[in-house]
Amino acid sequence: MTELPLPGRLRAESLTLGYDGRDIISGLTLSVPDAKVTAVIGPNGCGKSTLLRGLGRLLPPRSGRVTLDGEPLAKLSTRHIATQLSVLPQTPSAPSGLTVADLVSRGRHPRQKWYQQFSGADQAVVAEALAATDLLDLADHPVEELSGGQRQRAWISMTLAQEAGILLLDEPTTYLDLAHQVEVLELVRGLNRRHGRTVVMVLHDISLAARYSDHMVAMKAGRIVAQGTPAEVVTPDLLQEVFGLAAQVVPEPTEGRPHVIPLGAGLRV
Amino acid sequence: MGAAASVCVGSEPSSPAQIWHALFTPSGTTMDVTIRELRWPRTLTGIAAGICLGVAGTLTQGHTRNAVADPGLLGINQGAALAIVAVTAVAGQQLPLVQAVLAFAGALLASVLVFLIGTASRHGQTPVTLVLAGAAVTALCTGLVTGIVLLNAAALDTLRFWQVGSLAVRNDALPAVWPFLLAGLLLALLNIPALNTLALGEDTATSLGTSLLRARCAGIAAITLLAGTAVTLAGPIAFAGLLVPHLARALVGADYRWLVPASAVLGAALLLLADTAGRVIARPGELSVGVVLAVIGAPFFVILARRRKLVTV
Repeated sequence: MTELPLPGRLRAESLTLGYDGRDIISGLTLSVPDAKVTAVIGPNGCGKSTLLRGLGRLLPPRSGRVTLDGEPLAKLSTRHIATQLSVLPQTPSAPSGLTVADLVSRGRHPRQKWYQQFSGADQAVVAEALAATDLLDLADHPVEELSGGQRQRAWISMTLAQEAGILLLDEPTTYLDLAHQVEVLELVRGLNRRHGRTVVMVLHDISLAARYSDHMVAMKAGRIVAQGTPAEVVTPDLLQEVFGLAAQVVPEPTEGRPHVIPLGAGLRV
Repeated sequence: MGAAASVCVGSEPSSPAQIWHALFTPSGTTMDVTIRELRWPRTLTGIAAGICLGVAGTLTQGHTRNAVADPGLLGINQGAALAIVAVTAVAGQQLPLVQAVLAFAGALLASVLVFLIGTASRHGQTPVTLVLAGAAVTALCTGLVTGIVLLNAAALDTLRFWQVGSLAVRNDALPAVWPFLLAGLLLALLNIPALNTLALGEDTATSLGTSLLRARCAGIAAITLLAGTAVTLAGPIAFAGLLVPHLARALVGADYRWLVPASAVLGAALLLLADTAGRVIARPGELSVGVVLAVIGAPFFVILARRRKLVTV
């Protein structure tokens, strides 16, 4: 299951990543399935956010490489990469007073030249991105006044305006209540279904990840332990191995996707 | 906005002249000489220095994403002043061009030092480590400038200028330094798109295709050129670089395409107002513009900070 090679535009080959002399991920190989939603799960500190930063060239590899359409990212200009791939960091922050429309407009940056700023075509793409994220009514509101879910939608809208085919999201549902988590994940799945975007997202909630992804990657201690469809990955054995969690997995009632019922972490209270 | 800006700039050079006229001399001839030989060059110097300080302040805050950063707080102005004072104390009064070069060298050294110390911390460069490093370098440079000035009792008056900043002393420097000012402004303009992405955080900026290294280098070069020019023209003026970006943000919002021009205009206006106030308050002598800005600017800044939650940049 782990070694199954899927063809994909974005690939990590023997990738080693780390901070401050410590390797977080070593020798990881992954091919991101095109036009699919991939969810990366794993316990805290397993390196899933680090992997995402590596895939998005926010963290240069110690060894190995990440390739986009067969070219190593290190050989491509960061501006060119930005037209193909967009990364949304965990809890990004916007300056005070920035409106939603301003924020989304900044997604056009990689496609603008200094001598040729905002064009009519840019304006049209921004309007489209705002419409796709249902933010047209809030376009003139300051980002800081939005609710958590709306704010996350605004940031995703900015990456849409970037018109990159691949979207990397680092815990897009952090700090959101359940309704807002679902709102964001529905949007992400819609972008994939309607706009053919390839999505890789790091998620904490395994059941939500199984519900909203086509492909899942389970990580532990900097390595990929399992990958495949949600039904293949989310099993009691894997949850025990990766999270040390005793759990039952039942099909959820709408689409029959795996749903995790935790039995306990083995602690005696 | 463009119209309001041009009105603002246009009104400033004339209003001090009119005030001066009304308050002091109705006699025509001396007035003419005063205006032509003193007021006009001084006003031009004030405009140039104000533009430099305003834009340098906005760029510094943009690159550090820190609402209390300015070239003064980061030690850049004091570094420039120290370079000039040290060489002047050893080798005597220098030509404006030589002073400008010294100012750039000092400014560059200070900014590189501050960025290095600020980045050397285990957690990388954070706004706090950067400001602490800036405070340390500022204190060091200020102490050295004060020491050199005190040791040179004879040259006290000329050198004292390098402690607080004034528009009264160095009106002859502008013809020598304007190319540096233009180069700094050009770099600042080219830096605007990158600043707009950096305002969303380094990761997002990279994701949007901004090369951090290139953007930082252009930014530091622009700040160094502008702060160095300002110091050569008017000494190390504190507070303008801190205050102007906040005024500009309150006026035009968070977009650097508007913020940079607005900072230039507001910087010039603020410096001229403060300079004029200094002449009126302490007549027949005058308070130097650096003192006036500190005295008027500090409480104003406190009000600004209290009224609206100190903004994130």
